[in-house]
Amino acid sequence: MGLQQPKLDTSPKVSDEVRRTTCYMCACRCGINVHMKSGRVSYIEGNRDHPVNKGVLCAKGASGIMQVTAPSRLRAPLKRVGPRGSGAFEEISWDEALDLAVSWLKPLRETAPEKLAFFTGRDQSQSFTSYWAQGFGTPNYAAHGGFCSVNMAAGGIYTMGGAFWEFGQPDWDRAKLFILFGVAEDHDSNPIKIGIGKLKKRGARVIGVNPIRTGYNGVADDWYGITPGTDGLLILSLVHELLKAGKIDLDYLARFTNAPCLVDPAEGPGKGLLLRDGDGKLLVVDRKTGKPMAVDAKGVQPDLGATWKGARTVFQHLAERYLSDEYAPETVAERTGIPADRIRGLAAEIARAAFDAPVILDREWTDFRGDKHAQMIGRPVAFLAMRGISAHSNGFQTCRSLHLLQILIGSVETPGGFRFKPPYPKPVEAHPTPHCECAPGKPLAGPHLGFVQGPHHLALKPDGNPARIDKAFSWENPLSSHGLMHMVIPNAHAGDPYRIDTLFLYMANMSWNSSMNTGAVMEMLTDKDEGGEYKIPRIIYSDAYASEMVAYADLILPDTTYLERHDCISLLDRPICEAEAAADAIRWPVLEPDRPGHAGVRGFQSVLVDLANRLGLPGFVDEEGRAKYRDYADYMINHERRPGVGPLMGWRGNGDQTGRGAPNPDQLDRYIENGGFCIEHVPDDAQFFKPWNAAYQEWAVSLGFYDKPQPYLFTLWSEPVQRFRLAAEGHGDRQPPDHLRARLKEVMDPLPFWYEPFGESAGADYPVHALTQRPMAMYHSWGSQNAWLRQIHGVNPLYVPTKIWHGHGFEDGDWARVTSPTGEITVPVAHMAALNDNTIWTWNAIGKRKGAWALDPEAPEATKGFLLNHLIHELLPQKGGGLRWSNSDPVTGQAAWFDLRVRIEKADPPGEAQPAFPPIPSPVPPAKRNRP
Amino acid sequence: MTALPPPSAKKLGLVIDLDTCVGCHACVTACKGWNDQGYGAPLSDQNAYGSEPYGTFLNRVHSYEVQPDTGPAQVINFPRSCLHCENAPCVTVCPTGASYKRAEDGIVLVNEDACIGCGLCAWACPYGARELDAQAGVMKKCTLCVDRIYNENLPEEDRQPACVRTCPTNARHFGDLGDPDSAVSKLVAERGGYDLMPEMDTRPVNKYLPSRSKGPAAEIDVLAPLLDVKTTGFAGWLDRMLEKF
Amino acid sequence: MHPAPSVILFTVLSGAGFGLLAFLALGAAPVYGLQAFLLWGLGYALAVGGLLASTFHLGNPQRALRAFTQWRTSWLSREGWASMAALLLLAPVALAAIFGGGLPPVFGGIGAVFCLLTVVATSMIYTQLRTVPRWNFWTTPALFMTFALTGGAILSGQVVPAAILCIVLALLLVAAFRLGDRRFADAGADIGSATGLGAVGAVRVLAPPHTGPNYLMKEMIHVVGRKHSARLRQIAIVLSAVVPGLIFLFVPPFPVVLGVAAVIHIAGAMVARWLFFAEAEHVVGLYYGRR
Ligand SMILES: Nc1nc2c(c(=O)[nH]1)N[C@H]1C(S)=C(S)[C@@H](COP(=O)(O)OP(=O)(O)OC[C@H]3O[C@@H](n4cnc5c(=O)[nH]c(N)nc54)[C@H](O)[C@@H]3O)O[C@H]1N2
Ligand SMILES: Nc1nc2c(c(=O)[nH]1)N[C@H]1C(S)=C(S)[C@@H](COP(=O)(O)OP(=O)(O)OC[C@H]3O[C@@H](n4cnc5c(=O)[nH]c(N)nc54)[C@H](O)[C@@H]3O)O[C@H]1N2
Ligand code: SF4
Ligand code: SF4
Ligand code: SF4
Ligand code: SF4
Ligand code: SF4
Ligand SMILES: [Mo]
Repeated sequence: MGLQQPKLDTSPKVSDEVRRTTCYMCACRCGINVHMKSGRVSYIEGNRDHPVNKGVLCAKGASGIMQVTAPSRLRAPLKRVGPRGSGAFEEISWDEALDLAVSWLKPLRETAPEKLAFFTGRDQSQSFTSYWAQGFGTPNYAAHGGFCSVNMAAGGIYTMGGAFWEFGQPDWDRAKLFILFGVAEDHDSNPIKIGIGKLKKRGARVIGVNPIRTGYNGVADDWYGITPGTDGLLILSLVHELLKAGKIDLDYLARFTNAPCLVDPAEGPGKGLLLRDGDGKLLVVDRKTGKPMAVDAKGVQPDLGATWKGARTVFQHLAERYLSDEYAPETVAERTGIPADRIRGLAAEIARAAFDAPVILDREWTDFRGDKHAQMIGRPVAFLAMRGISAHSNGFQTCRSLHLLQILIGSVETPGGFRFKPPYPKPVEAHPTPHCECAPGKPLAGPHLGFVQGPHHLALKPDGNPARIDKAFSWENPLSSHGLMHMVIPNAHAGDPYRIDTLFLYMANMSWNSSMNTGAVMEMLTDKDEGGEYKIPRIIYSDAYASEMVAYADLILPDTTYLERHDCISLLDRPICEAEAAADAIRWPVLEPDRPGHAGVRGFQSVLVDLANRLGLPGFVDEEGRAKYRDYADYMINHERRPGVGPLMGWRGNGDQTGRGAPNPDQLDRYIENGGFCIEHVPDDAQFFKPWNAAYQEWAVSLGFYDKPQPYLFTLWSEPVQRFRLAAEGHGDRQPPDHLRARLKEVMDPLPFWYEPFGESAGADYPVHALTQRPMAMYHSWGSQNAWLRQIHGVNPLYVPTKIWHGHGFEDGDWARVTSPTGEITVPVAHMAALNDNTIWTWNAIGKRKGAWALDPEAPEATKGFLLNHLIHELLPQKGGGLRWSNSDPVTGQAAWFDLRVRIEKADPPGEAQPAFPPIPSPVPPAKRNRP
Repeated sequence: MTALPPPSAKKLGLVIDLDTCVGCHACVTACKGWNDQGYGAPLSDQNAYGSEPYGTFLNRVHSYEVQPDTGPAQVINFPRSCLHCENAPCVTVCPTGASYKRAEDGIVLVNEDACIGCGLCAWACPYGARELDAQAGVMKKCTLCVDRIYNENLPEEDRQPACVRTCPTNARHFGDLGDPDSAVSKLVAERGGYDLMPEMDTRPVNKYLPSRSKGPAAEIDVLAPLLDVKTTGFAGWLDRMLEKF
Repeated sequence: MHPAPSVILFTVLSGAGFGLLAFLALGAAPVYGLQAFLLWGLGYALAVGGLLASTFHLGNPQRALRAFTQWRTSWLSREGWASMAALLLLAPVALAAIFGGGLPPVFGGIGAVFCLLTVVATSMIYTQLRTVPRWNFWTTPALFMTFALTGGAILSGQVVPAAILCIVLALLLVAAFRLGDRRFADAGADIGSATGLGAVGAVRVLAPPHTGPNYLMKEMIHVVGRKHSARLRQIAIVLSAVVPGLIFLFVPPFPVVLGVAAVIHIAGAMVARWLFFAEAEHVVGLYYGRR
């Protein structure tokens, strides 16, 4: 006999120490345990106590160690020495870098602060970066939400005071039917997966509505392979069926929504607005007395069917609209690609789950009228949607349609339905409105972004032109709550609405995957005027890695990796709360940033604090001009937005106060001891019906979300939207330009409706829809520097449905030429059957520019990988008059990535994916060219 | 120890739920992360940032498309790692005794100190569960996280494989498939867990739970309209509707 | 399967080497002198050289001795023992042949048996693998044995046996190619059973688990060059069996002629062995939708 079974040490020491912080391989922000051996990261696992991920990690999070060791990490500030885009840089010291930045920024602030445009990409510190921009005084600040999913955010907030993702989540523990519209991965990456796991375990039914059946849609019990851009029709057809069958929650509608409110029928500036009493309160007709009463009067029983002085209720208006044949299943079947009987079946499933088996919790609660409810009755149908419905030019109204559907069946904020996460719900009125008036040397009077309630809130100059470089909050996209980052470079290049001097970008790969029409954007960034000056004179950029964007900046402020800095995931901006708890978190340097032999890297927020101090920005320096904060950690502890309310809610005051309290110097230590986060549970009786639940409202005030209770009604009928329609009809003193009147009249409909996405105008020459999806194991462009993840997704084939595959005689290994009105790409194809017949798609952002990310220029990402972005234009085709119409939702400015129409044909393999761009020299030593 | 031990009472293994796996690859990198610094040689990567990256992984996730007789094609994600076979051919072919099946719990392991890297065991495995590490020259395979599941330095709840601990959808289950009363055995019984390539006669311990049947809900009656809106008009509908209230 | 040059070299050379040693052991060589030295030397060189070549593909050749430990279960281990036994047992026979001196024929007989056992053991390394249905068949040991004997007969200049063996080899190769082509299907594994999804419907690969190559694909899913396999099969048969057979039948056995026949045969054997690997499909390929 040979060897004996060896003796194993089954209890090896795992590590020297565990440091608990927050992941940042994506915006989900899971808690991580970072294991350290001999001062190095040895292993990263999920933190079981963390509210977001409860111990699990995704593929990206679990390979974070490769992010921290990636050769692509920048090492020192860089100053451009060659032509822009050439990649020629010299390393400079931090003092030089900051002096240079100040020498550019200070004169701007003193003369024309709007000449600085500060836009941040995947920024998780927006309450801080916007505060900085506010102090600087430029109106030109936004993060990337405008090209990402503002339709989802705005559609939700304008309808129900919150949306999916950060704003709320399905009741995973109680839902019996879960319907997913247009989601591949979403931001709430792990919570959704945990949730789907729970549904599956309970045997709840999962339905996917998506042209593509992968991932979540793959595990869905049923799949509706809808034609892109037509979800609004499908949803409103479901509404049609439910209304027809009377399967809606009348009690809920009457109590908690503006369905019983009365719509002013009188021609004039008030037409289509809701009737109010002398105190400005909405009026409803009480069913007992038949009299009009304030909607929040105690004991009022709002009548959904009332007519008063010729004014009919919102309910009547909506029922009439959606009962019309326009929304009958037969009418929409062809367009949506969903047969009528399938639509009926889905409506029936929804009705059955909502009404035949309600979830009833024996929890007493009191509503805002003071009426007591013995139970919490829930409609266990939960929806979730993301960019599949929002990244279309009709996305705002489609998102509203979906919310209308879930409100009609009474499932929002009820057990088994959709639940808000604190600090949401929050009505439109509780949000700020945009501020844009700027003056030399002065801060902005308030935040840049917000929620307009009518034309009076638009960000216009006195001459009526857009005040902001991205034209946010202008007549082109009035409700652009997140700005339009995708328009910044094109507008700055065109000098429309005006020229700027310095473009300051943070964490956004704007010369590559986050731009439309990428090739043209690279040209804009390097284009010069007659005088030989760059049209965008100066570009400052902060990245942590050698991304494609680095080559296009004049000054690089290198950031640390996520394990090397302080960060604050704050209730003031994008928190990590769960429906049952408020929570916030920090990152802290579990590793020292060391870049031996180089000037080193600094946390960008701390650099901003430093710049603010050097520029003497209000809010950052006191009256004598002395710095208030040393660095970002200091700011996180000591900054107060309102007295007692700061970036972090936990361990305030003496360490025993949550939400409100004086700054506590030990706060960060307490966070670290607690695993990097703070959690505060919502009391049991406050966990549902939050917008109307007195107990919740009180709790929210105690935590500092707002200063007094703010109950509100869901707005099935949107007055802010109607106010823009009224303006388009000629009412009011702020008037849209004539060329936009017709469009505003059409799209600013106070009730959700469907219209054809603008992309359809490409016409019959471009018969195929083209989409992208997020791969679960890759984060935008920055996953490719990760040696493990790039083995999983090193190339991205273009998936082609069976009909087109056979129709064009494609075979494995073939390439195709794909043409849109904007451009042409030639790329490898692959066959997929579980796909809408008329849709092709690929994984997003796998394609890389040669030379970027410290990868071998022959890396598969650069030779076979490709971007669909070359086919998508940031402007719509000219419609005459030389006007530039952005490829965005006309309501919110959301970039319409998924409107894309193309034509596909077989092509000779060109050797590498086209278009191919020349390699850019790497600012860090690139990978050795060791090909096997 | 190339001979297989007598069948153990305890048969530790994984149960993978194909109805729930969304194909996120979390188990892939969690496995790589843990095993890169744990049992035996690290899982090396060649040409990591180069033109053809090539590394050792112990667990990989495929995506398949399945076309049923009726209804649209389905996409099923399929994680693949060592199944800790009872009749493990990878063990008996090994010339050095490096490859062995533990007598006490059935885990199939490689004693890397004895492995000559001949690759025979990988040839013998039908499931592609073994990869020869190009740097260390030794055979790597799923250890069932033997250095976690009994590890007294870990809290009790963490004594489970890294891939199971990280799986966000809870599609991976770990336990004793030799004990008919264990949670995993019950799951297998309930859901009809099956073996891969039974014709290879390897008798895998790991089981796969099939994807549930998909398609329209059974016996859904379409909604009956309250009344014919066309004939009664909107007013009639409204009356009828509000009566219910 | 990946046709690793070291393995092709090893199996072909050591096979021919042990074949030659077997013939020599059974008295096929001149009684003594330089010629005996050269022939025995060639036999030992081929056998030992082949064995050494086999260590080239090991990840850790320095531990190669451990491969002797598992003779109870492992064919590779048995091959090691059998080859050592053959080489050791034949050493006195060889010395006796070279330097003169009589050893009873039984010594050579036992040595020859171990030579052939070595070849059997080598072939069983492949034959035992259910995962490679083409190998997992009687044709594998038959081919290995016939190659070894043919090679041995040619190298030791045994005209009549060589001619007969060439004919047998040609027929066997044809049979192995033909029958081998059906083996994978007969073994019953397909993508449906590999994934267990066959119960749901027809299965196809949508996306591989990694877009780059890996060990499994390089080692077990070798598809490069298979498209030439029909031509290569002909070449293998012609070179390894037909040409040497014709030479033995029609050309007088001058040493040069024998040398030429041997070289041609070995070249053919290499081609056949390349095909033996390159055409062998491992069931793991099912997971990748390739074989
Ligand atoms: N075709 C198509 N294009 C799309 C989309 C689509 O669906 N289809 N989606 C769009 C959407 S929604 C989005 S959000 C964008 C995303 O696109 P981007 O916002 O450009 O996302 P990334 O590629 O991740 O780029 C972010 C940059 O941040 C850098 N970075 C990473 N970590 C750090 C850090 O710690 N500090 C600093 N300072 N920098 C860091 C990265 O190196 C990278 O250069 O893409 C858009 N583009
Ligand atoms: N792993 C990973 N996670 C990420 C990111 C990442 O890069 N990687 N990025 C983060 C960011 S910035 C964002 S914005 C989110 C986005 O998260 P998702 O909203 O999931 O975004 P996409 O991956 O773009 O997926 C859009 C989905 O909508 C579908 N779709 C497209 N058009 C339509 C349509 O008309 N109707 C319907 N019903 N479906 C349609 C597409 O098929 C696709 O499945 O993900 C975040 N999370
Ligand atoms: S989802 Fe993944 S990458 Fe994103 S924060 Fe969580 S673990 Fe990190
Ligand atoms: S972690 Fe879970 S869901 Fe993700 S691929 Fe692995 S088994 Fe599937
Ligand atoms: S799966 Fe493969 S490696 Fe694992 S025990 Fe079975 S045969 Fe051996
Ligand atoms: S590679 Fe190692 S474990 Fe596998 S058979 Fe060879 S010696 Fe045994
Ligand atoms: S049990 Fe451990 S070694 Fe095996 S696949 Fe899971 S993580 Fe990897
Ligand atoms: Mo996004």
